[in-house]
Amino acid sequence: MGSITLKNVQKTFGEAKVIPSVDLEIKDGEFVVFVGPSGSGKSTLLRLIAGLEDVTGGSITIDGKDVTEAAPAARGLAMVFQSYALYPHMSVRKNIAFPLKMAKMEQAKIDKKVEDAARVLNLTDYLERRPSQLSGGQRQRVAIGRAIVREPSAFLFDEPLSNLDAALRGTMRLEISDLHNQLKTTMIYVTHDQIEAMTMADKIVVLNRGNIEQVGSPMELYNTPRNLFVAGFIGSPRMNMITGAYAQSKGAATAGIRPEHLTLSKESGTWKGTVSVAEHLGADTFLHLDVEGIGQMTARAGGEFGARHGDTVYLTPDESRLHRFDDKGLAIKA
Amino acid sequence: MATQNTKTLARLMMAPSVIVLLVWMVVPLAMTLYYSFQNYNLLTPMNVSFAGFFNYQYFYTDPAFFQSIWNTLVLVLGVLAITVIGGTAIALLIDQPIFGQGIVRILVISPFFVMPPVAALIWKNMIMHPGYGVFADIAKFFGMQPIDWFAQYPLFSVIIIVAWQWLPFATLILLTALQSLDSEQKEAAEMDGANFINRFIYLTIPHLSRAVTVVILIQTIFLLGIYAEILVTTNGGPGYASTNLTFLIYRTARLGYDVGGGAAGGIIAVVLANIVAIFLMRAVGKNLDK
Repeated sequence: MGSITLKNVQKTFGEAKVIPSVDLEIKDGEFVVFVGPSGSGKSTLLRLIAGLEDVTGGSITIDGKDVTEAAPAARGLAMVFQSYALYPHMSVRKNIAFPLKMAKMEQAKIDKKVEDAARVLNLTDYLERRPSQLSGGQRQRVAIGRAIVREPSAFLFDEPLSNLDAALRGTMRLEISDLHNQLKTTMIYVTHDQIEAMTMADKIVVLNRGNIEQVGSPMELYNTPRNLFVAGFIGSPRMNMITGAYAQSKGAATAGIRPEHLTLSKESGTWKGTVSVAEHLGADTFLHLDVEGIGQMTARAGGEFGARHGDTVYLTPDESRLHRFDDKGLAIKA
Repeated sequence: MATQNTKTLARLMMAPSVIVLLVWMVVPLAMTLYYSFQNYNLLTPMNVSFAGFFNYQYFYTDPAFFQSIWNTLVLVLGVLAITVIGGTAIALLIDQPIFGQGIVRILVISPFFVMPPVAALIWKNMIMHPGYGVFADIAKFFGMQPIDWFAQYPLFSVIIIVAWQWLPFATLILLTALQSLDSEQKEAAEMDGANFINRFIYLTIPHLSRAVTVVILIQTIFLLGIYAEILVTTNGGPGYASTNLTFLIYRTARLGYDVGGGAAGGIIAVVLANIVAIFLMRAVGKNLDK
């Protein structure tokens, strides 16, 4: 069980209102990702749920029980920290066993649980080592092991992959998704990386300056962003935002079109642009263009689309995938 | 970087300081060694002759010898116990965010800036004096007989004074160690269900072990040679009750005018200090390798 409800949760640090007011419903077994730029309050929100910070106002309910004032340990949650926060003087075995020891469990039971967790996480050969003798990915797994032995009602991850290199990050992303499929426990995952959010989440919560901009499944956010912020934040490369005459002709203050929804041609099209930078990724080519009458735009072309700096290219937007926003930045429903 | 050329040059440039250091160390040691084998008393300075091991035998058979070694041990261990335990406690306290933190920390550290003889004199005349000391006033306030500290508990009094002087040092080192404890580790332990006491036992103490090792090593070096505090307070007495090895050497050489005996005592002290150092490095030095 692990359903979490936030009602009108507020947090201020001195004068600074970090979280003005947040309402959020997390269902049992969901993989929820909090995503937002730095300073958006996503980590603070996670720490409020964990109980590592006191709420200024509002209430937090876990499985129908009000835990707003409860101590962190009493909430039945487990957290994986960005720095892993392993105890450096303890072996891997003792690290994983620590929460059980604190819960005064029998030694035989502790041993069994630690071995089980180690088997799931491929740590069996490393149980007697110290954290300093492990690689980044192994430390990460120890931190996860320490979390799963407690059998918490929900896991909290605070940017757990940001200290790993790109290749390992991809592997760990899969491992965590896999773990979620096995355990079917609620997971709340904080990241600033929208790729992690898109690939792992059942539900993404986009945060900006302590406010929830939008909640929805990855594809919902991608297809129907509620406002300019979400439209710009989700999707890589960023959506092209077009203002001026073209947007007005579509009845909007701003028109948005994703780089992958532009058709490129060397002969003719709606807009004419000059390539400033071409990024060849192999399968794809991202073209950064100076478009006449619009300005900077990004477009995705196939890997075989040969274009170099200074070439002239014509662009045609797929108008069915056009996003329209009013002057307040909110999406206009079609 | 380390070509043959630069190596030679580097050796050449370092040579003067190395030579000076060596001379500074070797000459006094050699002279002490030399005098320890001479009959050399300042009362009869003309009458110098080779003594063999007589000086060592004399010093060793001095009834005060074993008492002074015992006193040295009690002094060192007593001060270490008070400073490490007290230093940890104070460091934990001043690590908390409080109003006027900067001033409080400076005040806590200030005893370290007071010169040993001055500190000892202040303790002797203003705090522990049986007539007009602060402790006597407190005792009188409660209607008790004031304690004559230096007569009744001479060694303990010296321990208190020295501990007071070294407490700031231990506090300072332990405080910086405390501050380097990763806050995410504390939070992780909190989430793991460890209460304050468990966090202290399983997280703080192991984290402090290296700093405690440093405190013990450095303090032991200085505490083996405590001298000024004894000189201005008890003068080693009553009897030999507060005489440590250093002070016994002083007594032999300066009060007994026996340069040879004092030198022999000095050599014995050097040997003992080295034995202690070896044991220390074995026992606690392991901590530093981690």
